[in-house]
Amino acid sequence: MTPGAGRLSLALLLTPFLLWIVLLVLLPHAEMLRVSFQVRESWDTLDWGLTQYRNFFEEAYYWRTFLRTGLMSLFTTALTLLVAFPIAWYIARLARGRSRGVLFLACLVPFWASELVRTYGWMILLRESGVFSALLQGVGLADGPVEMLYNDAAVIIGLVYNGLLFMVVPLVTTLDGLDENLVEAGYDLGGGHLTVLREVVVPWAMPGIVSGSIVVFMLTLGSYLTPILMGGKDSAWFTQQIFTQFITRFNWEQGAALGVLLLVLSSLMVWLGLKLTGQSLRKVMG
Amino acid sequence: MIPSVPRSRLFDGLYLAYLVAFFIYLALPLLVTAVFAFNDAPFPSLPWQGFTLDWYLADGEQGRTGLFHDDGLLSALWVSVQVAFWVTLVSVALGCFNAVLFERLQFRGKELLYIVMLLPLVIPGVILGVSILVFYSGMANSVSMQWQIELDLFRPGLPLVVMGQVAFITTLSTLVIAARLRKFDRQLEEAALNLGATPIVAWFTVTLPWLLPAIGGAAAMAFLMSFENFNTTVMLTGSDTPLTVALFNRLREGSTPVLNAVALLLMVASAVLALLAMGRSRPGH
Repeated sequence: MTPGAGRLSLALLLTPFLLWIVLLVLLPHAEMLRVSFQVRESWDTLDWGLTQYRNFFEEAYYWRTFLRTGLMSLFTTALTLLVAFPIAWYIARLARGRSRGVLFLACLVPFWASELVRTYGWMILLRESGVFSALLQGVGLADGPVEMLYNDAAVIIGLVYNGLLFMVVPLVTTLDGLDENLVEAGYDLGGGHLTVLREVVVPWAMPGIVSGSIVVFMLTLGSYLTPILMGGKDSAWFTQQIFTQFITRFNWEQGAALGVLLLVLSSLMVWLGLKLTGQSLRKVMG
Repeated sequence: MIPSVPRSRLFDGLYLAYLVAFFIYLALPLLVTAVFAFNDAPFPSLPWQGFTLDWYLADGEQGRTGLFHDDGLLSALWVSVQVAFWVTLVSVALGCFNAVLFERLQFRGKELLYIVMLLPLVIPGVILGVSILVFYSGMANSVSMQWQIELDLFRPGLPLVVMGQVAFITTLSTLVIAARLRKFDRQLEEAALNLGATPIVAWFTVTLPWLLPAIGGAAAMAFLMSFENFNTTVMLTGSDTPLTVALFNRLREGSTPVLNAVALLLMVASAVLALLAMGRSRPGH
């Protein structure tokens, strides 16, 4: 190709990319940041200030929910990793032939249903008039209806369920490439199960662990349906507060500030996860 | 299995039990949702009252309105299909351009732009929705105040929903198509050029057919992701609500087996779509 044609094709291909990323991602986020520093003095006068951020730190309800959401997301991510690892190990290393494909497919199936459908299924199982409650009464373990929905444990069950696929797939992919000789060498050199797991398997699987954890953390932090539908009265989620500010109260400035804070938290955690494990976003996501 | 590694029978038994428990955990919510779509009772719960198709077919005369006579849900379904269609079209087209841009061309700042391209994956969906609402709806408000021009396109509604979904689905379709383009043997294209084809002809006769399975896969994925999206959509929707938002509103009023009927229909439809996409893309890999 001549340099002229090369430059032309670059321009032709760069234009749609820039239109998409600038108009739909970068500019809207810049505007959200700007609005979050605006203070409404009266209905038509605006000033710059930190009022919205001050509200966040002064009103315990905001920052407690923020902290709670962050901590519960971390816990959910760790739990998802623990639940998914043995499954991924089985699919990647132990299952053979057809059963391998079938088990992997079985992990994919729930994610063809939307989050709403999955949450609804858990509600039917866990609520007072639900399946588990009826079964417990049926076998005589409970005298009356048992409410298992609307508490933090229910929320975590639902959130782990939502995140599983995004943990299992990257784990299977990395564990698939693990050389069995490495594991054997670990045992030959006198390592026990835990030592081999810690010194050989986990370091090898680290890219998968990091990418799975980042995606699950992100999804959990930003989830809305599961905590709202399965959580109790006191189990507020931060996305719910953002929604309330925008849709119910029409307080865009406060909503934008809360949005910026959530974005900062999630970016910070992603960055920390990458730094602590020496991975790059490109390697983990691309 | 690694033969030389010692394991106890107890461990094997526990491992197997864990696997079984895991797959029950995975299947249970979907299974009960599907089963209660056919229970002859006004509320999706035990005991089982017998099999019925009322929750699909009832026309409202006996106090039950099945899904196929429920105008609210049907029109929400149609809205979702329209949104998913446009999102698929735009995000797959953008994905093709982006894939060629990042796999074929060399330019300054490519690494940085690639990272920027990945960003929508690490932004929570609610924030994507909110930022687009603030930017476009805010713009429509200012324009209306200053020049009395109404930009209804940028008010909450279907165009904004499409834009919000395209913002992150494009990244996914780019990754799918780029992965396939990376495996393409450049010599095939060069052979076409040597045989006298112009670059454009070589692209359409050699490269594009190679990419088709990935484009099909990306389209199926984009359609599903759009159809199922809630977090971004709920921030941007106007008076026409897509299905997930309509279902959510219904669910807050109280659950009826009609919701199970919709849920089962959605599960079956998306499973068929996903299997088709996987079946199409498998021979190429």
